[in-house]
Amino acid sequence: MSRRSPRARLAEAVRLLGLAIVALAWALPLIWTLAVSFHPPDEPLSASNLWFGSQPTLANYGQAFDIAPFAQYYINTIIIVGGILVVQLITISLAGYAFARFRFRGQNLLFFLILLQLLVPSSALIVPNYATIRSLHLFDTLVAVMLPFFGSAFGAFLMRQTFKTVPQDLDDAARVDGASWWQTLWHVYLPPARPAMIAFALSSISFHWNDFLWPLVVTNSQASRPLTVGLAVFTQLGEIGAQWPLVTAGTIIVVGPLLVLFLLFQRQFVESFLHTGLK
Amino acid sequence: MAPIQVRPRRSRAAAWLPYLLLLPTLFFVALFTLWPTVLVVHDSLFRSDSSTPVPVFTGLGNYAALAADPAFRQVLINTIIYVAVTVPASVVLALLLALALNRRFRGLGLLRLAFFYPAILPMVSAATVWLFMYTPDYGLLNVILGIVHIPSQNFLGTPGLALGALMILGIWKQTGYFMIFFLAGLQGLSRDVFEAADLDGATRFQTLRYLTLPLLRGTTLFVTTIAVVNAFETVDQLYIMTGGGPNNSTGMLLFDLWQTLFSFFDLGKASAISVILIAVLLLFTVGNFIYMERRTTYE
Repeated sequence: MSRRSPRARLAEAVRLLGLAIVALAWALPLIWTLAVSFHPPDEPLSASNLWFGSQPTLANYGQAFDIAPFAQYYINTIIIVGGILVVQLITISLAGYAFARFRFRGQNLLFFLILLQLLVPSSALIVPNYATIRSLHLFDTLVAVMLPFFGSAFGAFLMRQTFKTVPQDLDDAARVDGASWWQTLWHVYLPPARPAMIAFALSSISFHWNDFLWPLVVTNSQASRPLTVGLAVFTQLGEIGAQWPLVTAGTIIVVGPLLVLFLLFQRQFVESFLHTGLK
Repeated sequence: MAPIQVRPRRSRAAAWLPYLLLLPTLFFVALFTLWPTVLVVHDSLFRSDSSTPVPVFTGLGNYAALAADPAFRQVLINTIIYVAVTVPASVVLALLLALALNRRFRGLGLLRLAFFYPAILPMVSAATVWLFMYTPDYGLLNVILGIVHIPSQNFLGTPGLALGALMILGIWKQTGYFMIFFLAGLQGLSRDVFEAADLDGATRFQTLRYLTLPLLRGTTLFVTTIAVVNAFETVDQLYIMTGGGPNNSTGMLLFDLWQTLFSFFDLGKASAISVILIAVLLLFTVGNFIYMERRTTYE
């Protein structure tokens, strides 16, 4: 750090002020959305009555829950995200173990085939995958939303790298003690892989929690729609029109819990993002 | 830690075990990535729409039709403009924010939070929020513009403004996310070089230009790659905010793909658009990989 002259300190203050203004601009959309969600429904929004209105109310939230089954959408999203994650953790552990500790014929070819998943974006394959879901008679089910994501090349690769750092001697010792391959995997390989699995889990959860196009394509009813598609349907209902207090309440219902969770687990979230570089 | 000797184990494990372990992953990758990739290329070579229930081989006919279609050319141009503007804008802004926030001071956590929170919102909700921001007359943006006497604009309903409005949402949404990577990159840099540069009398700009930026090149490349791939897959906000309009001025590849299949029921053309999207992203990823290999080999 160089010495601080009064001029340098003034420059510093100006810079901080500029930064604070940009930060406020960044935060404003959410703050405004939150404020308008408490705006009385019978008071029209206008340039002069733009925030909470004369008397803040929870009426919009009650009405939003009456019009759209947000609770059901939450349950659907949790089942979808949780289901994908549980199956992924199993498949990536098995595949990672195979690639980390076995030599077998065709190994490189199989590794390459699986890694192709990283090169071809799943969103570009909605046309044939939609047809597959149709022909499996799974259209408009929760399974349809989950199925294409049960195998993860990225996760398999991550587990392979992690398992390779486990000393071979530990593996050998377990075998000498008579452990089977799955006991070895469970007791020797998975415990040290926990940080990698948590990072993978957080990035998988945030990706699938936010996913929109695929569930939009393969769902068509309240019973299988996740929150994202539910919110899109809600805002586009004819009866809602431009009732912004109602729409903003619906938006807060969807993002509120996410923001609270993020505030509670900020550090873990950020670290998992860095660890995996996934959306 | 000493390097670990990894000995392949062959003798005790059954020969079929690794195949069994790989089976679940291979099954899902084959069913939802490999096979559909082959299928989509195949389908793109056939005419198959609502007036052609039995597909007819047409060679590159779908591609030729797309190339001749001004609407599709517009979609390509929109996509390229969107990528070319939002990627550099958000990467540079993220770097500047990271440089500004890479110190300790009071309120730092709050500032970082303000920039980062859009990254965790689903794009659908972020788009709903900005649909509201852009509302004519009483949308917050128009109200703020009104303070400086700029008349209310219908941002999403005006062909010259709508794509720009979507870009602002894109930049707002992802800049904080990229900032996190630059912050981590900055914190990983050794202090010594910077102290040496300071002693040698390097100006702030020189330090940034000749020290910080080169050291952060890996991070920049990584962030840019994510940014480009994400930008090419832009679709959620089009569904919520513009539907590709007005006048096709915001149509982009993935939205066009979705519309071609589910509004126009043209399987052949939709498959051709899929192949184009895959090819563009593949070219970009492979090019990027070769570039990185070169860099690491020759430096």
